[in-house]
Amino acid sequence: MSETTDTLESKPPRWTGSDDYIASEDLQRIVNVSIALSRPLLLRGEPGTGKTLLARSIAQGLGLPLLTWHVKSTTKAREGCYVYDAVQRLYDSRFQDKDVSDIRQYIRLGPLGQAFSADHKVVLLIDEVDKADVEFPNDLLHELDQMSFAVAETGDVVTARTRPIVIISSNNEKELPDAFLRRVVFHYIDFPDEALMGRIVDVHFPNLDRDLLERALALFYALRNVEGLRKKPSTSELIDWIAALLAHGVDLIAAQAREEELPFLGTLIKRERDIAIAKDARKPKKSWR
Amino acid sequence: MPGPSSVAPAVPGSAGEMLFGRLFYGLRGAGIKVSPTEWMTLIEGLATGAIEPSLDALYAVGRALLVKHEAHFDTWDQVFAATFGEGEMPVALSEELLKWLDQPLDRPGLSAEELAQLERMGLDDLRKLFLERLEEQKERHDGGNRWIGTGGTSPFGNGGNNPAGIRVGGAGGGRQAVQVAEARRYRDYRSDRVLDTRQIAVALRKLRRLARKEGEPELDLDETIDRTGKNAGELEIAFIPPRENQARVLLAMDVGGSMTPYTRLCETLFSAASAQNHWKKLESFYFHNCPYSRLFTSMTSGENEPTADILKTRPPETFLLLIGDASMAPSELISAHGAIDWFERGETAGLVWLHRLRSHFTRSVWLNPMEPQHWRGYTTDVIGRLFPMFPLSLEGLEQAIDHLVRKTAPPPPPALDPRLVRD
Repeated sequence: MSETTDTLESKPPRWTGSDDYIASEDLQRIVNVSIALSRPLLLRGEPGTGKTLLARSIAQGLGLPLLTWHVKSTTKAREGCYVYDAVQRLYDSRFQDKDVSDIRQYIRLGPLGQAFSADHKVVLLIDEVDKADVEFPNDLLHELDQMSFAVAETGDVVTARTRPIVIISSNNEKELPDAFLRRVVFHYIDFPDEALMGRIVDVHFPNLDRDLLERALALFYALRNVEGLRKKPSTSELIDWIAALLAHGVDLIAAQAREEELPFLGTLIKRERDIAIAKDARKPKKSWR
Repeated sequence: MPGPSSVAPAVPGSAGEMLFGRLFYGLRGAGIKVSPTEWMTLIEGLATGAIEPSLDALYAVGRALLVKHEAHFDTWDQVFAATFGEGEMPVALSEELLKWLDQPLDRPGLSAEELAQLERMGLDDLRKLFLERLEEQKERHDGGNRWIGTGGTSPFGNGGNNPAGIRVGGAGGGRQAVQVAEARRYRDYRSDRVLDTRQIAVALRKLRRLARKEGEPELDLDETIDRTGKNAGELEIAFIPPRENQARVLLAMDVGGSMTPYTRLCETLFSAASAQNHWKKLESFYFHNCPYSRLFTSMTSGENEPTADILKTRPPETFLLLIGDASMAPSELISAHGAIDWFERGETAGLVWLHRLRSHFTRSVWLNPMEPQHWRGYTTDVIGRLFPMFPLSLEGLEQAIDHLVRKTAPPPPPALDPRLVRD
């Protein structure tokens, strides 16, 4: 379907995860199909489920450089392609120490432009695409489909030499347009279950005491199940919490036996109102089985 | 690869093609609108070997290519199970049935006694019966009292008069349905709603008032050329602050009572409006039937702000959007003590408050969630003469916003006819 073909690569590279990222077989399949079919991969999931980390792991696992485009509420689609610095050019024309007739000097490529003009294949992460205006994804359709764009000021056309592997992350703040969704491969990152979470923690703390791990995970998932929390603690908060426990040598079992409050609760839950709810939920109830 | 069984790529006329056709139409029938582009991507993946020929791979990769929202994953599971294993194919309510129910006959006028005679049934019984009838019924049906149809007195259908009826699609003529069985309830609730939010958000983006204020300055090319020319060719650069949206928006919504059937529609509008981050300010208020001496900031706690203060402190160029069905007892609108809420002790009739709002906020509209063909009744007529009234549909919303932002000065409010208001 694509018009650009990668003549140098007869077989697309296969990704099987990396040292610091554990990928399920399904996820590996999805990532590899999106690479083979040259479709952007759209990742959606709770904050802290490792969307950015996955992009980094794909780049690392394939041995390709990673370019990241952080999208903000004011980001325009064209900024990803290039920015024309007209003011610099005007200033330079004043002192005549540069050849201002060459407009190309004042065209700076954005992340998309850099990915297209790179000599080798790169991984391009468009991070938090839903932060921008509702029309933003639509403005990118042509660039992502054709892997090329024109620079209006010079008439140059920048075309990808090798199609970059495009990964797009979304926190689901805004709904994405249908035309955009039709063109992507979609993966929803589930929140890891206890077993997978155990392995994730293992990657960060290789020699963690089994007892502590089990107890920490149990408390963590109990906390996630507390009703009414505005923001549930996520993976990154669990890692921070375990780091804090280890650094201070807190004995979770002893603390629990003394019916103390959860140590370093603030690393897991950040909102004041949520902390109150979490403390309340931990108080023993009569109906507790 | 250890797949439970292998899947043949689609060869024309083969069993594989039939199986794949079943998957495609099964998904579409279940409400997942798989586009041909997406489908061809899947076929391309299978044909080129990018997708390994196993059921496991087809399950994971097929979902990634065809289903673009996690709300649909459950439906995918059902369709996949029905296609490749055992299980029932989930089916959305047929479009044809919905279309037919959208054109109701004139409603038969039922007397109060007749209405009272119709016994109220429990909701679960109703739903069960509804599905049974839907099974039994094969043709279109108008009138009568048993089948699902239009203009009848059976508890099911559209435009009917059973006080405990389930309305099937379309507009509720009598607005008495205890539960609105829109077809989308049988499709995926969340995704439909989400689509609506996006469409409304796109419409609301047009509501803006651009003005140059603070912000990072932009190059003013015309002014730069002008100044440089005056400066004998010596460059002099001029900057100008960027244009920014200065729009202030005030939403006021009728809640409760006759508005209950439209709760979801209004919620959708509110959630789309509050997700807009390009306005200078958005405020929302609630009222019951008609705005009186105060507008509520919370539906539950009764927190409120005096309407007089709102008129004093909000700039007149604020866009005012009133949302309500404009249907109430005439006294609620025109009598000095007409408010339905006992704690509203205002001496001023609702119509006077409405007139004050209309006079202060020169750019204001009324959005009515009822369909225009049902806009009748005295109060709707009076309010419609004061405020430009638009239906709360996507099209109506677009027209309302065009009306709000158009360049020409808004027409002055009509003078309030003192004969309308009663003491």
